[in-house]
Formats: sequence, C-alpha cells, structure tokens
Amino acid sequence: MPDIDIDTPIRPAPALPLRARLAPLLMPHRLVMAGLALAALTAIITQMDWSWLPGYLPKIGHGLLVTLALLVSSVAAGFALALPLGAVQVTGPAPLRWLATGFCTVIRGTPLLLQLWLIYYGLGALFAQFPEIRGSWLWPYLRQAWPYGFLTLTLSFAAYQGEVMRGAFAGVPRGELEAARAFGMPRMMVFRRVWFPRAVHRALPTLAGEIILQLKATPLVATITVTDLYAVITRVRQATYLTYEPLLLLIAIYLCLSGTLTLVLRWLEARVPSGS
Amino acid sequence: MIDAMDFSLLALSSPGWGGALLAGFLRSVELAAGGYLLGLVIGLLGATAKLYGGRVLRDIAEIYTLLIRAVPELVLMLLFYYVGTDLLNKLMGAMGREGIDIDGLSAGILVIGLVQGGYATEVIRGAIRAVPPGQIEAALAFGMSPLKVLRRVTLPAMTPHALPGMANLWMIATKDTALLAVIGFSELTLVTKQAAAATREYFLFFIAAGLLYLALTLISNLGLRWLERRARRGLPAAA
Repeated sequence: MPDIDIDTPIRPAPALPLRARLAPLLMPHRLVMAGLALAALTAIITQMDWSWLPGYLPKIGHGLLVTLALLVSSVAAGFALALPLGAVQVTGPAPLRWLATGFCTVIRGTPLLLQLWLIYYGLGALFAQFPEIRGSWLWPYLRQAWPYGFLTLTLSFAAYQGEVMRGAFAGVPRGELEAARAFGMPRMMVFRRVWFPRAVHRALPTLAGEIILQLKATPLVATITVTDLYAVITRVRQATYLTYEPLLLLIAIYLCLSGTLTLVLRWLEARVPSGS
Repeated sequence: MIDAMDFSLLALSSPGWGGALLAGFLRSVELAAGGYLLGLVIGLLGATAKLYGGRVLRDIAEIYTLLIRAVPELVLMLLFYYVGTDLLNKLMGAMGREGIDIDGLSAGILVIGLVQGGYATEVIRGAIRAVPPGQIEAALAFGMSPLKVLRRVTLPAMTPHALPGMANLWMIATKDTALLAVIGFSELTLVTKQAAAATREYFLFFIAAGLLYLALTLISNLGLRWLERRARRGLPAAA
C-alpha cells in the first residue's frame, strides 16, 4: 500500500492584498460562468417545487445535528483508538503487533456498509438472545440503532487513522529518540515527552483529509434507521414523490459542510507550529 | 457462536446460498472493473483538460473534481443514477422510441465511473506534473503531434508516478460497489443481506462476504505491487 506523505508540511499561502485575490474571479469567462450558475440557481428556486421545505426544516436541522454529532464523536473516539493501534504496530510485542495489523487490514479491506450491517444485524440479533442483556440498564440504548452506527464509524476511522499513525510513529527521526535516551530519560518518559507528541504532530496534516472522508461516510448509517441528514431527505423524497429537489438540497448542504470543515481545519492547522 | 453456525447454508447448490453469494461477488467485480476503467478514461480526459485545456475547460474540470470530493459517494450515486436514467429515457422519448429499462450493470458502471473519475483526474494530473517538462518539450521539438507525444512520452513516463494512487483507487472502487446495494443493485453486499435475513444467520453470511472482499483486496494488492515494481524499473528508489 502506498504510504501517505506526511513529511511535507502544508503551509498556508501568504496573504495577498484583496484586489489581487479578487482578480482571478473577475476574468471574463468566470463572470459568464458565474452568471450561468446564478441563472441556474434562480431557475431551480423558482421553477422547482420547494413548498415542502418550510414544514421539514426542523427535521432537516435535527438530521444535520445527528450527522455532526456522529462525525465529531466517531472522529474523537476513533483517533483515541488509533494512537495505540499505530504505536503497537511499530514498537509493540509481536502478538499485539499482529493483532493491530490484522485489524487495520480487515477493516480497510472490506466495505464499510458490510461492517455496518454485520454489527447492526449480527450484534443486534445476538444481544437480543440473552435475557441478561435485555434486562440490563444498557438495553434501552442497545435497542436503538445509533450505538451500532457510532461503533462502526469509530472502528473504521481508527483503522484508517491507525495506519497513518503507524507511519507517523515510524517516521520520527531516530536521533531525537536517541538524544532523549542520552539525557537519561527512562523509556516511558521518552515515549511520553518525545516520541508520542512528535508522532501526533507529524500525523496532523493528513487528519483534515481523513475527517472529510469520515463526513462522507456518515450517510451510510441511514441504512440502519439512524435519522441523520440523509435519512431525513430520503423520508422527504418518499413523502413528496419529488426526485430532484430534496437531492439538490442535500448536495448543497454537504457542499457547505465540506467547505466549512475544510476552512476550519485549515485555520486550525495554521495555528499549529510546523516545527521543521 | 461458531458451534451454532450452520455452514451447510454456504453450499453452492439450491438450499445453500453459496452460489448466490459467488454470483453477487462476480457482479461486484464486474461493476468495480467497469467503473474503474471508465474512471481511468474520465481521469485522463480530466487531467488533460486541467493541464492543457483552455480556461473554460479547466474551470469545468475543477468544478467536477470539487463536487466529487466534497459530496458523499452514496449521494452522488443516487444523483447520477436518477439523472442518468431520466436523461436517457427523455432522449429516447425525444427520438420517438419507447422508454427503455437500462440494465443494472451499465448503470452501476456509469455511476461508479463518474465518482472514480473525479479522484483519477487528481491522481493523473499529479503524475503528469511529475514528468520532467523537458521530456515533453523535446518530443514536441522533434515534431511529434500532441497525440503522439501523449502516447509515446507522457503516458509511459507518468505511469510509475500514477500507479500508487491508481492502486488506491482500485481498492476504493471494489469497496464502493457495496454502496450500490443501497440503490438496489444485487451485488455481493445486497445478496448477503438477503441471505442473512432469510436464514437469520447474520454473522455467518456477513463474515463470508467479508472474506470474499478481503481476498479480492489482498490478491489485487499483490498484483498491483508487482505492477508497481515493474513500472519503476530503472527509476531511482521511491523516496
């Protein structure tokens, strides 16, 4: 598998004066294209049927929140899981190393939808067989769909990010670790103070891309009845018999989400000192 | 749970679902291969448009890749599927013919190919830019036509740079075929779900299907690695 380039730091472009930044947008052909896009947008708004929109707005808002909650929680939990997965593959004892490598290979080698259905239908049917589980305080949660969606998304993110972390741990220059040892730091302290922070730092530039990929994986949970944004739109389509209008709205929302996420992540990245 | 699993359900002939699973697997491979090839063609066109096209072409290619990379594959597939079949039916209607049913295979290949094309454009564009411009200029200076330059210089020289990215895309293509299950294509994942629902043996069937996908991934990985080694002959070792 090709490793992801995590050595080249991505630097923000130097700020240009406003006029120089606007100039490429004002080229004649782009003005024409912007005009065409505007005309198409007006046609979409005036010619198509949007009468359903006001009634469904609260539901769409709720779906958006579910999507974002799933994204944030699965990225946080998945990243926490990816750290040991990556570290163990570089430095761990052989059985742990094989386990971690096997886990990453299996998750990365099978479709997410299949994993989701395996966990939802398989685990769900398994749990239902045990009266101990049915009677426990966990059951009200396990009867719902979102824990299975969250678990699958977390495992998937952990596997992909774990592979990145493996590269990041392996890529920390030997000299830095040897210098820490030469200062008399015990092994755990070297790990805590030098190896671990340096590896996380090296993996940060790829994190933005992985998070966008995770956003694009979230609509799959709609297939196990979690009412995220995609599920709400599917419901609208079934209730109104409209093919295109809800789909166009969905695409517009995802475009805005990806765009905002990219900008926020780029801003965050610029605040982390690049160190090299 | 192993002792409770009834492996005879995986038998190839009728009471078992093994035959149906394998047929679904073949269907998935067909969809992935077709979509991948279509994506490769779109990627070559897109990269050429981005690097050598006029201003308008360049911007259109830019918008296409932006859209593909920002919107979930599942949503894109839904859109392409409805727009594609709708347009084709309208076209047929305008030509005075009956609306036809597009067979699932070509619709699925079209949908996967359009998604793959967006990513392939970026991979191939990067690979072409890694070819020293002097080589292409030299070929032009010899009086080769642009098509001949593409065939004899640019394509062979960019291949080793494009292969790692294209290998990744093949993995994504095999896994993206599973998304077609949501639209109702009877490929491996959907067949597996039907088999599991009919017999209530969820673990057995989903794990069997997972092993099929995994085998496909691991075997293609070996092949792709061999191809990459072959393409890199004579080049300095990868950085």
